[in-house]
Amino acid sequence: MFDAEDMVTVSQAHMMADPESLGDAGVAFVEAFADLPVDQRRVAIPMITDPRGVDLSCYEPIGQTEEMANLERRFIAACQALGIMMTDTCVNYQTIMPPVFGDHVAYGDTGVVIYSNSVCGARSNFEGGPSALAAGLTGRTPRYGLHLDEHRDGTCRFIVRERPVGLTDWGVLGAVIGRLAGSYWRIPVIEGIEHTPTSDQMKHFGAAMASHGSTPMFHMVAITPEAPTLAAVGGEELAAREITAADLDALRSDFGGAGSKVDVVVFAAPQLSIVEMRDVATLCQGRRRHPDTDVIVCTSPTVYADSERMGFNATIEAFGGRVLRGTCFYQQYAREIGEANGWTRLLSNSAKIVNILGGYGYKPALASMADCIASAVAGEVIQ
Amino acid sequence: MTATLVGRELKCHVGIGGVVTGEALVASDNFSARYDLDRIKGIFSRPQHALAGQSYDGKILVMNTAKGGVATAWMLYEMKARGIVPKAILFNAANTILAQGAALAGLAMCDRFEEGDVTTLIKTGDTVTIYPDEGRVVVEEKG
Repeated sequence: MFDAEDMVTVSQAHMMADPESLGDAGVAFVEAFADLPVDQRRVAIPMITDPRGVDLSCYEPIGQTEEMANLERRFIAACQALGIMMTDTCVNYQTIMPPVFGDHVAYGDTGVVIYSNSVCGARSNFEGGPSALAAGLTGRTPRYGLHLDEHRDGTCRFIVRERPVGLTDWGVLGAVIGRLAGSYWRIPVIEGIEHTPTSDQMKHFGAAMASHGSTPMFHMVAITPEAPTLAAVGGEELAAREITAADLDALRSDFGGAGSKVDVVVFAAPQLSIVEMRDVATLCQGRRRHPDTDVIVCTSPTVYADSERMGFNATIEAFGGRVLRGTCFYQQYAREIGEANGWTRLLSNSAKIVNILGGYGYKPALASMADCIASAVAGEVIQ
Repeated sequence: MTATLVGRELKCHVGIGGVVTGEALVASDNFSARYDLDRIKGIFSRPQHALAGQSYDGKILVMNTAKGGVATAWMLYEMKARGIVPKAILFNAANTILAQGAALAGLAMCDRFEEGDVTTLIKTGDTVTIYPDEGRVVVEEKG
């Protein structure tokens, strides 16, 4: 369909596969590989996993069922039989083994792919679970799309006049550009960002762009490695579109709700880095959530362990929050846990998750990390 | 088989899956199984979606492009296994996720139509026959 002429060797594979997406049929599909003789069922390259759908150390308290947990257990057992490492993270570029410039990889999770292509200069298409699994088993993937130079040049150009401040501002900017780009085959070139953003800022920016636009890559002129100049990515011939305050306000207004009762505050999508865990814990210090507002924080197993050791989890739990390891909220039966807990109004600082959850029956609202914690204390949305 | 059809013919890029005929459900909107569907009820559930509240079961969806993330790569297979699934999907531009999701689920999928925007070339209720290997779609307008 995409006219690949041959295959390209990849150094890593990363598979998105939560049990809600897989269902019984998808788990059985992977189990069929796990039932093969040992010499026919081992991955050929390091292969890792995206967040799980069930934190097996904490699922009943959030309204997940034994049936969901059993599907997760079956899937984990099948992955382990193939030699897949259960990293259960969508921030592998911060926590496991970041790809290097020019590295061909087969990554799932759009946030991982856009960060790896754009910030690291690695090369990956959006690999769904099935193609990531194929890449892991063979060490190869079809050479098309973002593996080829001609698909990595800019196709649309944006000028930013106002530098984003907090993580949510970066997410909003990414979301606006993603919506304007609007397709997997469009690569935005962004001018006007004068100082290098942090890894967490790039993470929220890229994840939101990929979610709102299905965008697999962007260039930030004089910042990301393939765009030392506008000309290097073919940007000079592209008409420039300025991103205005009105564009950003319009995006935010889709996720308003100030003053309404908030049922659950979620920090996830992407999973939190250790720096974000520290920041959430700092905001929680000495405070307590409203009794009618739940707080969920999703992070990777490795960050969870560090956060536990550094005392951040204890501070968040003393606030009344729940820290989940190796899951991401929208990948963990969001509809069912929403219904089980009576969660409708959901507040997050992630411009990605608020985009996803409308179809799951939520009324999502967006606010900064500090406003999310303040809202959890007040029991109503503060924006 | 082709000679018996009297509809308009559209040319597209060679696609995925076998020959299939069905009733079109069309919107100039984008598509993700995760973002847009209640897969248990078989309806579009995202309130902002142009097809919100409508059933997709057994329909040939005609959409602009893929939306969002990677989950649809598994979800189409899971939907097919439970028997509540579109028959096929036509896009102006598919992406890597929708294509492999269709391949795993055994659904037909084509994109890149020579005649222009497929969401205006086909109307809801039209009968559509897709020939993925030939890059060809025949449209019989709703009577």
